[in-house]
Amino acid sequence: MKLIGENLVCERGGRTVFSGISFTAESGELLVLRGRNGAGKTSLLRMIAGLNEPVGGQMELQGGRDDEDIALQCQFIAHQEAFKPAMTVAENLQFWSDFFGGGDILDALEAFSLEPLADFSAALLSAGQKRRLALGRLAMIDRPVWLLDEPTVGLDVNSTEQLRQLMRKHLDGGGIILATTHIDLGIKETAVLDFNAVDDQAELTSIGEAE
Amino acid sequence: MKPVIAILKRDLLLAWRQGGGVGTAIGFFLTVMVLLPLGIGPDLGLLQKIAPGGLWIALLLSVLLSADRIYQIDYDDGSLEQMTLGPVPLELVAGAKAMAHWLSSGLPLAIAAPFLGFLLNLDTKLILPLLGAMVLGSIGLSLLASLGAAVTVGLRKGGLLVSLLVLPLYVPVLIFGISASAAGQAGPDISGSSFIILLAVTLVIVVVTPIASGAALRTFMR
Repeated sequence: MKLIGENLVCERGGRTVFSGISFTAESGELLVLRGRNGAGKTSLLRMIAGLNEPVGGQMELQGGRDDEDIALQCQFIAHQEAFKPAMTVAENLQFWSDFFGGGDILDALEAFSLEPLADFSAALLSAGQKRRLALGRLAMIDRPVWLLDEPTVGLDVNSTEQLRQLMRKHLDGGGIILATTHIDLGIKETAVLDFNAVDDQAELTSIGEAE
Repeated sequence: MKPVIAILKRDLLLAWRQGGGVGTAIGFFLTVMVLLPLGIGPDLGLLQKIAPGGLWIALLLSVLLSADRIYQIDYDDGSLEQMTLGPVPLELVAGAKAMAHWLSSGLPLAIAAPFLGFLLNLDTKLILPLLGAMVLGSIGLSLLASLGAAVTVGLRKGGLLVSLLVLPLYVPVLIFGISASAAGQAGPDISGSSFIILLAVTLVIVVVTPIASGAALRTFMR
């Protein structure tokens, strides 16, 4: 399987966020998106997830299910966790499992050691626990392309290791991962898409000098 | 179909647990029904005459009261974003959420209305036609309110805008709803045909609003 983006252009609110972004991510590969704040890393993930319309360029998922949109073969873990405080941890997961046609919620709970919290209200979770709950969806819903927006924010060392293992397993199973992150996840098959490289060099140096 | 049922179940559970929507709507409905006769005075004949209209207007405003929350929370916490990646189109998601709103606030209000009608000296002959027309009409009211909520989902304090957008669309439901309810007053023929027109209006709303809501939500997501 191969996810290809060619010369993508993103515009938001009349401003060009990025242009001329091209990338390729193959089965078993982690593509890390790097770049300064506002470079459009999240916008690119949202574009692949079908939440932004590209102004130019094209995307293609080779070897996927051709009859389905790319977005339907993606799992997008965004900044917002999409959980209801009025429901328990287990109920929240069960809803997303039913909605996405996913598997057992135990997989999601076990992936980030959340079993003891299953019957408690999601309102009681800390920021890191909410993050783990959101990432747990990755373990129970089977989709080949993962789009992770800053997945490690708020995670402690143990949970980061659990995330690394989960990503490892997904890559070994032939999955594709695109992630924006600033820490090294210790995964060998990592390619980097550097947003700064395609930006205006003059602007970058001037920022560098100011600092 | 499973995703749609999942949304329906979740929204009903949330409505039950949080109580906000239904509680506020029924409380408002009850308050209007209690205050109306006090404001108009003890003229039983007059009260009986205005009872169906009073009930309908109170129902309409109560449904509207809880409407702006249909999509707002899901939009804010990222649930709606996840739902766009789901196996069902956003139109069905919108339909399921509007249906949950009807089941949790429109339907209970419609069922409670004839009983609250006693406070207005409602003619007992009118109880059944009123109940039928209100159950049917409230489907349309909930769906139209959900359309207003979808169109204003990305706006802070969209409540006023929802009312302004939705009120004109409520007029046909109100007109045919009242004339279908007022069986004894206008004669069975008129109320029968009004009921059929109300049914037609509701069917059009059932088909059109989820499509429009889905399109509106998709625009806001971009």
